[in-house]
Formats: sequence, structure tokens, C-alpha cells
Amino acid sequence: MRLKVNGKTHDVDVENAMPLLWVLRDELGIMGPKYGCGIAVCGACTVHVNGEPVRSCSLQVGDLKGEVTTIEGLGSPETMHVVQAAWMQHQVAQCGYCQSGQIMAAAALLAVNAEPTDQDIDLTMSAHLCRCGTYPRIRLAIKTAAAELRKRKP
Amino acid sequence: MSRARTILRRTFLFGSAAVAGGVAFGFYSYKRAPNNPLLSGLKDGEAALTPYVKIDRDGVTIITPRADLGQGAHSILAALVAEELDLDWNSIRVDHGQPSQAYYNGTVAVEGLPVAATDTGFIAQGGRVVADVAGKFLSLQVTGGSSTVADAYDKMRVAGAVARDVLLSAAAQQTGLAKATLTTRDGTVITPDGRALSYSSLAGAAAKIDPPARVRLKPEAEWRYLGKPMRRIDMVAKSTGTATYGIDLEMPGMVYATVRTNPRLGGALKAYDASAAEKAKGVLKVVPIAGGVGVIADNTWRAFQAASLIKFDWGPAPYPATTAAMFEAVASSFIPERQDSRFKKDGDIEAALKGASVMTAEYKVPYLAHAPLEPMNAVVQLKDGKLDIWTGTQVPVFLIKTAALMTGLLAENIRLHVQISGGSFGRRLEDDYVRQAIELAQAYPGRPIKMTWTREEDMTHDFPRPLGMARMRGAVKDGQVDAYDLNIAYPSVTASQTRRLNQSVPGPDVAIVAGAWDQPYKIPHYRVTGYRVPALVPISSWRSVGASGNGFFHDCFLDELIHAAGADPLKERLRLCWHEPSRKVLEAVGAMSNWGSNLGKDRGRGLAFTLSFGVPTAEVVEVTSTPKGIRIDKVFVAVEVGKVLDPVNFENQVQGGIIWGLGHAMNAELTYRDGIAEQTNFHAFESMRFDQAPQIEIRALTNTTQIRGIGEPTVPPCAPALANAIFAATGKRIRELPLSKQIAFV
Repeated sequence: MRLKVNGKTHDVDVENAMPLLWVLRDELGIMGPKYGCGIAVCGACTVHVNGEPVRSCSLQVGDLKGEVTTIEGLGSPETMHVVQAAWMQHQVAQCGYCQSGQIMAAAALLAVNAEPTDQDIDLTMSAHLCRCGTYPRIRLAIKTAAAELRKRKP
Repeated sequence: MSRARTILRRTFLFGSAAVAGGVAFGFYSYKRAPNNPLLSGLKDGEAALTPYVKIDRDGVTIITPRADLGQGAHSILAALVAEELDLDWNSIRVDHGQPSQAYYNGTVAVEGLPVAATDTGFIAQGGRVVADVAGKFLSLQVTGGSSTVADAYDKMRVAGAVARDVLLSAAAQQTGLAKATLTTRDGTVITPDGRALSYSSLAGAAAKIDPPARVRLKPEAEWRYLGKPMRRIDMVAKSTGTATYGIDLEMPGMVYATVRTNPRLGGALKAYDASAAEKAKGVLKVVPIAGGVGVIADNTWRAFQAASLIKFDWGPAPYPATTAAMFEAVASSFIPERQDSRFKKDGDIEAALKGASVMTAEYKVPYLAHAPLEPMNAVVQLKDGKLDIWTGTQVPVFLIKTAALMTGLLAENIRLHVQISGGSFGRRLEDDYVRQAIELAQAYPGRPIKMTWTREEDMTHDFPRPLGMARMRGAVKDGQVDAYDLNIAYPSVTASQTRRLNQSVPGPDVAIVAGAWDQPYKIPHYRVTGYRVPALVPISSWRSVGASGNGFFHDCFLDELIHAAGADPLKERLRLCWHEPSRKVLEAVGAMSNWGSNLGKDRGRGLAFTLSFGVPTAEVVEVTSTPKGIRIDKVFVAVEVGKVLDPVNFENQVQGGIIWGLGHAMNAELTYRDGIAEQTNFHAFESMRFDQAPQIEIRALTNTTQIRGIGEPTVPPCAPALANAIFAATGKRIRELPLSKQIAFV
């Protein structure tokens, strides 16, 4: 099976039913997406497929149609995505385990909604669980990232 | 001293024989500094100037021997050293280091003593010294009890200062300049003519110099890191998906595994049929382990799939099968034979209640799971007579002892590589998941095995916060609270934990009444009694431990009494409170919340106060009663912590504690049917979601000189502040958690 992740093409020998998450983690060694619940309720495994946020724990790799972007493809420590930079600025993470998924969800939201209201942010981010309670800082970071993105656009 | 010793003998939490021995005989020998574990294995040009600082050609490594579970332990420990050693923050490297007695935690043991944090008397202080020595004696390299910073505050700063002094001596030798003329800056020694000698270049010479017995610590006014906002050292990695947790480790030749054990905790495995699993794709081996079966495969998901094909015949649970039956065991424990403690006994409660109009109430709290988002996991490799373990743990020294007992290997052939954890909240004080991984390695030696639990295995094999009940009686007189008799019954967390270490605890368990017996109120007739419920489900420490439920019990009924007296909840608490720092946090939260002002229709505010882990904490919760349910609008919190060493992380921990405390009070519980936890995943154990998170306004007071941790103390007042607010908004007094059993939330 052939799949494209973060701009790179990979051939893997896996059954169609294997969730994308485990193809990424155990077959390709891409560890940014996390296993939290396995039933699409926590959001820690969120990646983008053709830019859309997807719960990789619940998407069978045989059903994958499109290019996958994981947090590693969104930005790097040297060249951070604007959402990641906002996460840094507000020091959002505590344990950090859910944050890959939170960041991927926020980036997908801002890609289609440059000026999200609090209600927009609630709607998207309430699908992501954080046991440490970083929600207030996530809200601030999304607003900072949105403002930065608007500044960059003419 | 003799009374202090008697109390300690009776009550110390880690097994009386060892501790009585430690107290009686160990005191003098354990006043000596333990060996420096860094001294073995140093190469040429490397120096380990203290157990916490290692310098080599590439720079300085700070050993941060506590578990980083998300609370920022590694950053703050590094900052304590960096401040005194004058390091450049951007160059800091940390390493958890190998487990060692040198890294004992003297403060976590103190929390187990029946000495109120407000008690500064001779016996209390004597007990704290003895507990510190006992901590060293028992090799308690433990992360917990909000003790990391309190324990490290002097130790780590002294370590930095000692290392700096030795480097200055080395530089003086090398340059022939007088030591007093040299200064330090950003990892270098600076000469009067402006030359900068890197610490690395001085490491070889420094290693030959005896460290000084005394050093001067920087006065606070000279601090450049402490007390100011710091960038946590893990923030870049955690914002870019590049932080490596235990579950993320990859190694050449690695295989992947999972386990299933009896969800009736401690129950037997009677029989199983793994024939389908053995034939499943990718499976390498199916291995029997204690109470269950492990599956080793070439991919974690394939191991999960194969494990789900195994047919099990599980034995019954060694405890009552349902939550209702367990609550019956709690309810029947309020009897003299089960009395565990009565540390608080002021006035004459029976006489005061006789003839008075007596108020009574019964309160309940449920079992709660830790459920950190990273499921339990461990990587273990047994090869050539050596065992390597990579995992997140709060008890590394215990873990090595366990591994040695299981394998028969000498401790020197066991290496534990402590990983950062995706949360813990007390879960990684237990070693069950590591034992299982070791069993797998014994059955499948040679290759590294990464064992990962499914979320369902994690939820059904937790050691939860225990369920408990309180029965109260009280009376008011002349518009004031006059009598409060609080009776609390729980199974003992401490007994459950020590039973797993094959120890027993002869004395009372302070955790049963923590956050209740030790509150700084002068009520004329005031009694707090703990009752010990016989063991039910195996239980453990959960963020804020005993106080997590007792804050709800103690403060809600106090609120009931205050309302019955017709008094103001803030004014009456202030009148009753004798502890000045606690009064200050109550006053502060009153001012912050504009207490007493009119909130308008269908709105209400609730006040609660709990002193736990030495930190007085007052919270006001504001709610609105909407047609669809209760909305939490805003939370005000004031805490007394003495010093705030990192304002950013402080705020983060307080916000997290509030969301944790409110979220679980709202809607979380573990219930049991047929001996099995019914909540198997986050759909049934949600806690707080993003859209429910209220605004949180925080004030840190610094009226004392104490150094305390802030991970736990904000949790206990959350449930009572919320319940008191719901009462204020609706007139409905809810006496059972989670509150969602009786009221909806939006």
C-alpha cells in the first residue's frame, strides 16, 4: 500500500483495516500523533488528510484518500507554524500529550476561519480532551495565532 | 521528642519496623550525605561536582531526579541549579539520571505525619526532621505530594552554588588569579580582564578539588531566573510533536505488545483459549503473565487485535461486586471498632449537641480514575544478563528493587531510563504495568518489547481514588457556628499501597481525614473522626489524595451550618479562622470576587476554603442556572504559597488544578458492576470539556516564607465551591459527587 505523509511517499505492507494512527506510529515511526482512546473521543491522534482534521485512530488506512499531514509536517522546532509559535508564546503545554492533536485541530480551524469567535473555537476544540486543563491557554493561543495570520495577509 | 517518636512509630506510612529502626538507629548514620551516584562512570575531563551537576566537554548537565508528568518538574529543578551556577538558560540540558538513594525526597514523607501544616511547635518541627531522615533511610526517591519544589529548594540551589565555588577555585588555580577577583556568567568564569573560561574547560581541574562544606546562596534580589517568567525547557518539543514519551520510543529490533488481565482487580485467571490469537497476523508469541495474558506482535494494533481474540474465564473479584454493595461497606463502617483517628477534638461536642437543634447530613464521593491521556506503557529489554527499562515512573528506586526481585538480577545489572509522562495524577506511583512488561521480557528475551495498554485496559485497571462517605452533626448558636462533628469513612489508600509492597501500617492513616481534621478553624465544639473501611478495590493516590473528597465534606457542611446560622459565608469563615495566612486568602478571594455584591437573577456564588499540602486555598465559583442546566461562569482563587518561583508555570498548574477539580466534581465517577469498572473509555469518563472551562482569576499571596508545591492544593476546594454556588443559585443542596447525578451542566 502506498501513502503520502508530510510530502513523502511510503510503501507499507499492512492490512486495510489497520487504523492510520498505527501505520504512522509503528510502521513509519511518525510519533507526533498520539494514541489516547482509540475511539475518536479524545482527539490526540488528529492529523490532516488533504487539510481536513481527521481522527487517525478511527480511519482505516484502506479508506484513506489523500495526503496526510501530521504535526511533524505542520512545522518544526526551527520553523514553527504560526499556531505552534502561539502555543510557545502562551506556554500552553503541561504534560503535552494531547497538544499535537489540539494544534492540528486549531490549525485546521484557522485555515478556514481567520476570525473565529469564542463559539467557533468552543465548537472545534470541545472535541479535544486535555486532562491537564490547558483549555484557557489554548483559547488565548488560538486568538494570538488568528491575529498573527490576519496580520500576514494583505 | 518521646511523644513525637511514639506518634511516628504508630503512624508512619511506610512500614513501622523500617521506620522505627530508621528513627532510632538511622538518624546519625543517615545524617551523612549519601554517595554521589555520578562519580562512577565518569570519563576523563568530566566532573560530577555534586549529585545534581555534571560537566563534560559539551557543557553542563543538570540531574533532575523527579518525574516530569506535565507539572514542569525538570524545568524548575534546573532553574534552581542554574540560578546559583550562573548558567545560560538556552544551554541547559537536563537528565533524570539513574535512580539513587542520593535523590531521596524528604518532604513527601512529611505529608504522612499527623502534624497540621499550620503547627510550627516543637513536636511538629521535630517530626519533620525525623521524617526527612527517614525519607533518606528509605531511599524515597518519590515524586508526589506536591513536594518536588519544597524538597529541592535548598538542595538544588546549594548544589549549584557548590559547583560554582569549585569552578571558581579551579579557575583561580589555572590562571593564578585570586579567587575573589573572579566572577561567573552564562556558564563561564570571567577574569578581571574580561576573559571568559567555559565551565567545560575547567571540568578536569574542578574534579580534583574538594567541594566546600559551606556556600553562600544568592540573595533573592540578585535572582535572574527564579521568581520571573521562565520558558519551560520542554515547551518547544511539546509544541512541535517532537517530545518523546515512553510510548514513543523506537529501537532497532523492537517488538510490540499488550496485555489483558482480570478486570476484576486481583481476581484469578481460571482458563483461557488463545488459539485464534496465536494464529493472528503479526503475532510472535502469547505469554501467560500474573492474572492474565500478554501478546507480543510486530505492531501494537496487531497485538491489540490478537488480544481481543483471546477467550478468558476470569475468577470473581475479591471485593463486593457492585458500587452499591461497596457503599454499604462504607456506611456500615461508622462504628467504634473501625475508628481510625480522632486528631481533632476541641470543646465538648456531645454536651454542645445535647438540647441543641441538631443538623445532620450524609455526604458521598465516588471512585475516580487517574486516566492520564498516555495509557500505561513500558519498554523492557532483557539481554545478556542485563535488564533495561524505559518508562515514566514516580518511584524509580522501588522499581529497581521490584525488578531485581522479579528477575534475580543484581541492581547493578538493571538500568531504569525514566521517561517524561503524558500525565499521571498519581497513577505512576504504581508499578503494575512495569511488572507486566518485565514478565514479557522474561518470556521473550533479547529484543526490546514495547508494551502498551489499550485505553480500556487502562480505565479498568486503575488504582482509583477511593469512594467515601461522611456523616455530620452540627449546631449553631446566636447566629454563629457552635458545634461541628465530622465523621469520615474511606478505605485506606496508604494500607492499599503498602499492602502491595508487602508491608502493613499499624497506626492511623492520615489520608482518611486529610483536608478535614487540619483546617484552621476555632469552632467551640469541633471533632473530626476517621473510620477505616475494610479493603475493597485496590486504590492509590489521586491528585490531592484524601483532601480531594474531604474538602467537599468539610467545607460543604460548614457552609450548611453558616447558612443555618444566618451568617455570611465569608464573614463567618473569617471569624472562625485563627490562621493569619489563611485569613488573608479568604479576604483576598472576597475582594477579587466582589463578595456580597448582587449577581442578579438565577446566578449564585459559592465560597470554599481548604488548607492542604501546606497551602491555604480559597475559591469562589460563580454559576448561572440556565433552563438547560448549570453553567460555570467564573472562578476566583487565592493561594498562599510563600514564593512563586515560576509565575507562568504557577498559573498553569493552578488553572489545571481548578479544571481538574471542577471537571471531576461535575460528571466523573467510576462505578462497578460484576466487579468490573463500568466506564471503559473517555466517552463515559469525561470530566471538563473545552467549552465548559470558566474564566479563572488567580492571585498568589506571599505572606509567609514557606516553599510549597501547587500541583494539588487548588483541587480540594473546587467541588465544595461549586456545590455551594449551586445552592446559592438554586436553593438545591447537593451532597453527593458527581453533581451531575442530580443536576445538569451546560
